[in-house]
Amino acid sequence: MGSPQTMLDKLWAAHEVLQREDCVSLMWVDRHLVHEGSHHAFAKIKERGLPVAEPELTFAVVDHYAPTRGRSKIADPQIARMIDTLRGNAQAHDLKMYDLSDPRQGIVHVVGPEEGITLPGLLINCGDSHTSTHGAFGALAFGVGATEVAHVLATQTVWQRKPKAMRITVEGALGAGVTAKDIALSWIAKLGTDGAQGHAVEYAGSCIRDLSMEGRMTLCNLSIEGGARFGMIAPDETTLAYLEGRRFTPKGAAWQAACADWITLASDQTAAFDREVTLDAAEIAPTVTWGTSPEQALPINAAIPDPDQVPPAKADAARAALEYMGLKAGQRLEGTPVDQVFIGSCTNGRIEDLRAAAAVLKGRKARIPGLISPGSSQVKAQAEAEGLDRVFTEAGLEWAASGCSMCVGMNGDLVADGRRCASSTNRNFRGRQGRGARTHLMSPAMVAAAAVTGVLTDVRPLLARRAA
Amino acid sequence: MMAGWNVHNGTAVSLPQANVDTDQLIPARFMSVPRSEGYGPYLLHDLRRDDGGGLRPDFLLNTCPEASVIVSRRNFGSGSSREAAVYALVDAGIRAVIAPSFGDIFAANAVNNGLLPAEVDEDTCKALEAGLENGPCDIRIDVGARRLTLGAMSATFVLDDSWAIKLINGWDDIDLTRNHGVAIAVFKHIRSQTAPWAWPAAAD
Ligand code: SF4
Repeated sequence: MGSPQTMLDKLWAAHEVLQREDCVSLMWVDRHLVHEGSHHAFAKIKERGLPVAEPELTFAVVDHYAPTRGRSKIADPQIARMIDTLRGNAQAHDLKMYDLSDPRQGIVHVVGPEEGITLPGLLINCGDSHTSTHGAFGALAFGVGATEVAHVLATQTVWQRKPKAMRITVEGALGAGVTAKDIALSWIAKLGTDGAQGHAVEYAGSCIRDLSMEGRMTLCNLSIEGGARFGMIAPDETTLAYLEGRRFTPKGAAWQAACADWITLASDQTAAFDREVTLDAAEIAPTVTWGTSPEQALPINAAIPDPDQVPPAKADAARAALEYMGLKAGQRLEGTPVDQVFIGSCTNGRIEDLRAAAAVLKGRKARIPGLISPGSSQVKAQAEAEGLDRVFTEAGLEWAASGCSMCVGMNGDLVADGRRCASSTNRNFRGRQGRGARTHLMSPAMVAAAAVTGVLTDVRPLLARRAA
Repeated sequence: MMAGWNVHNGTAVSLPQANVDTDQLIPARFMSVPRSEGYGPYLLHDLRRDDGGGLRPDFLLNTCPEASVIVSRRNFGSGSSREAAVYALVDAGIRAVIAPSFGDIFAANAVNNGLLPAEVDEDTCKALEAGLENGPCDIRIDVGARRLTLGAMSATFVLDDSWAIKLINGWDDIDLTRNHGVAIAVFKHIRSQTAPWAWPAAAD
């Protein structure tokens, strides 16, 4: 018996081709996901006349520039060109492509798991920082830049120094109306957006075990907003139940054998972590960001902090954020008027997210306009089969096709200058949703509550009235 | 591939902001431009420019077009993995960013493009910022020695050894890795035997 290992240790050892003298490892990549933004990387391998090393392990998805309305005829030539470039590259290198018209198209981090491209025990790379999402299955998944994407395309490997291991344990049960999004915003608010830099975060504890795969993906997805390039959760029955029968998952005896391997990936009970953080689920409230960094988040019932009262290192940032956001210190978050809402993204655009939003919106009218873009075309079809689309449209919100949409605005879905948007996305950075846009991050249920009242709202009373 | 570099004599300016994320370094709407056109004009676009696209005279970087080193605050380059953020810096003539901490992906992207992410402690950073309060200043950076000199001030910075070697030599990973072709082929073969589930099952 060797010494006790963390899940990170096990995943790392399983992918390490070799280690250089300086302790940087050459890692084998099991899955490589590319999107329109990967054009720089394709250009780099073309320059060198190199083919894609493993086309069978490389999947192309149209998401960042995908139009959510009027898909059949793309008006913006820039956007059409970006999508055409990906098509051309996928064709040239014989890659499986999820194109706009594909009923399985969607956001890369939604499509991967949905299709069983994502599996436990894999190393997954994508030129996108939210690749940590796939760690929810017990995979070693991390975002890389264009030079590294080119490297993976050309060699199916990536050089990486092993990160330190950090464990965030969440014990207990979440209250009604409190979600994985709130867990994430809470720990990021507590530790800071650089709180987990240099670390791979493993989420553990009874609260995590109780989360659905959708919730686990939301949590791992947001790891990067706390500085961690990797987020991961040990595979268990929930993981296997989600994956069984999906398109690219092993079938029959191969499935049984795979499950037996995957279950052994969990950290050994006595394994040591470089850092441990513990949260009490019962203390987590619906959380909303007030500033321009995901760490600037507070429970909905809190008041916006006074920059003079926060630690000096964060005071300037708080001041600048309040000015940008058009908010005042001491003002209560709840009741802040909102101009529009958005539900979607790889963080919170899955079926469970839409169900949670619909549970709030059913039979109610939205006071402000809003857009709902499902995380994938399969999520869209499922939602429509359940009648969720009608709940949204009857409330007065717009139901659109799938893509990154207003998470990043590359497809033209933008929040106008000075407008305030309650959003289920992952980044409230200045200008992320459009120049001058004011973004408040929160769970889909909280976004729905804001839609119903037109102001930042605690969703819990709205849900309680339902239950009564 | 980039030419390597070890010593840089240039001009430093201060960007006294924490969390300069990659969305600010280059807003998403400029990212469809081919690299050959140059990304310099988009660097910090929405902070540097007014609504009409003109340069804001009160933005420090605009007062110093010859700036080659930026001194900023914690968590520089956090957020999106977009390497375009590094292209914008490099194409605008920036060779090094000095800050107390960097986004992990940004730092790796930087080194891949010959841009030095020099990590200094908070106190050093404050002192450098103070030294730049009255405007840009000459700076000397020695990667091998991990030392920077600004006016009368001299300080050390932190940089992973493997990154220093890469910056100094201007190495390209793809060439290095292709030398390990046999090891990769052997690894792939063993993995296909020990973890056959790691290959996508035939789609139905
Ligand atoms: S939805 Fe947003 S965060 Fe997710 S992949 Fe798309 S742009 Fe990135």
